[in-house]
Amino acid sequence: MEDTIKIYVEHEDGTRQEVEAPTDMGLSVMEILKASEYDIAAVCGGMALCATCHVEVIESGELPELSDDEANMLDSLPHATSASRLSCQLRLAPALDGLVVRLKPEA
Amino acid sequence: MIKTDICIVGAGPVGLFAVFEAGLLKMRCHVVDALPMVGGQLSEIYPKKPIYDIPGFPEVLAGDLVKNLEQQIAPFHPTFTLGERVEELEKQEDGSFVVRTSEGTGIACKVVVIAGGLGSFEPRKPAIENLEHFEGKGVNYMVRDPEAFRSKRLVIAGGGDSALDWTIYLSGLAKELTLVHRGTTFRGAPESAEKVMTLAEEGKIKLLLKSNVTNVHGNGKLNAVSIAVENDTDYTLETDYLIPLFGLVPKLGPLENWGLELEKNAIKVDTFDYSTNIPGVYAIGDINTYPGKLKLILCGFHEAALMAQSAYNIIYPDKKFVLKYTTVNGITELA
Ligand SMILES: Cc1cc2nc3c(=O)[nH]c(=O)nc-3n(C[C@H](O)[C@H](O)[C@H](O)COP(=O)(O)OP(=O)(O)OC[C@H]3O[C@@H](n4cnc5c(N)ncnc54)[C@H](O)[C@@H]3O)c2cc1C
Ligand code: FES
Repeated sequence: MEDTIKIYVEHEDGTRQEVEAPTDMGLSVMEILKASEYDIAAVCGGMALCATCHVEVIESGELPELSDDEANMLDSLPHATSASRLSCQLRLAPALDGLVVRLKPEA
Repeated sequence: MIKTDICIVGAGPVGLFAVFEAGLLKMRCHVVDALPMVGGQLSEIYPKKPIYDIPGFPEVLAGDLVKNLEQQIAPFHPTFTLGERVEELEKQEDGSFVVRTSEGTGIACKVVVIAGGLGSFEPRKPAIENLEHFEGKGVNYMVRDPEAFRSKRLVIAGGGDSALDWTIYLSGLAKELTLVHRGTTFRGAPESAEKVMTLAEEGKIKLLLKSNVTNVHGNGKLNAVSIAVENDTDYTLETDYLIPLFGLVPKLGPLENWGLELEKNAIKVDTFDYSTNIPGVYAIGDINTYPGKLKLILCGFHEAALMAQSAYNIIYPDKKFVLKYTTVNGITELA
């Protein structure tokens, strides 16, 4: 389909699960993962305020740049790495096709 | 032992409004929260954000809503225990309860209302081996009493706003202060970031960038930490305290073991009166679940009102509940 991309969630054991994601609905990666029943609290509803949507990006094309809010929130997490992102700040767009993430629910 | 009619667990907006609904029915409340301030998520996560779906308020800042609630409940003189987590629920023979906190405070009450939201806010802990062994023995996740750090050697870990703020504050007290940050820049409040950079240039603090605390050492009490630097060799730094400041996350915690019926980290309730499976224990606000549940402040307020009329039957078993509009007699202050 034209307006859908595929993103993947990588589990602990390295296996990957495909998630189909529409790019024409203004959704974020957090929202599509939540809608697909992944265990993401997303306490703040996508405002870069809670970090309960923290993911580690394993593979990707070009990602949107970190905003100051997102960077500040990631700076305050003990387990963040240079590959960390807040999935609520990643808007679904064609450029995200093939994105592979790992969920980091424990922040 | 504190004595009250209703012990409310959680001082979020719903716990605060429950004081009002209870007060209208002449029931006294004691409120406990793990946070040092009232307001729950509104104070901890988004005090400066405007809320648009509080009836009668086209727009209200979360922090202001909390202030208004405090004002609204003031005539009922609620009492508070802040900065302590509720741990245990003890059922007494006469059907009443004793609630106990992490600091051993006991609250004797006839009804318990859990308004715990997403759970009690607990500090995020970095993955450092043996860190727990030093908790309270040199490792502190919160600065409760800054004076405790006067003339001591401190290591603060973190790069967010609270790490910056406390670095600035404690730099004036500590004998030696080292801030350890994983990144190369600070993206938080620009003034705080600048202030920290200046303190480092002036030699008043040590700033370690691209660094992580990886280990803790000591014999019973912390005396040193290991620092790993990106692309460099690790080293050890002597210190009296390590203060990891990585923000707070809500955790259901001890309530999980109270024998309440749970579903996905939420407490199941009967929507007739928001009672739980334990008679005398109610759950309102974000912490409860029922078919159709919405985690909204508005819904929590409604739940508080229905809970109060049911709790009234427990606290005043001989009196009949009669709904009175506040417009009729105003509100009567509790002595
Ligand atoms: C960024 C953001 C924006 C939001 N925007 C809106 C909005 O626009 N409109 C809206 O209606 N809702 C909004 N919400 C949701 C709203 O904040 C919640 O519904 C509301 O806070 C729930 O109130 P509460 O009193 O049930 O719980 P909380 O606010 O979570 O408060 C619960 C309190 O209980 C304490 N607690 C829990 N367990 C214990 C224990 N064992 N011992 C001691 N203390 C304990 C916690 O420390 C906490 O302070 C938003 C939430 C967020 C995060
Ligand atoms: S949902 Fe809260 S930070 Fe992303």
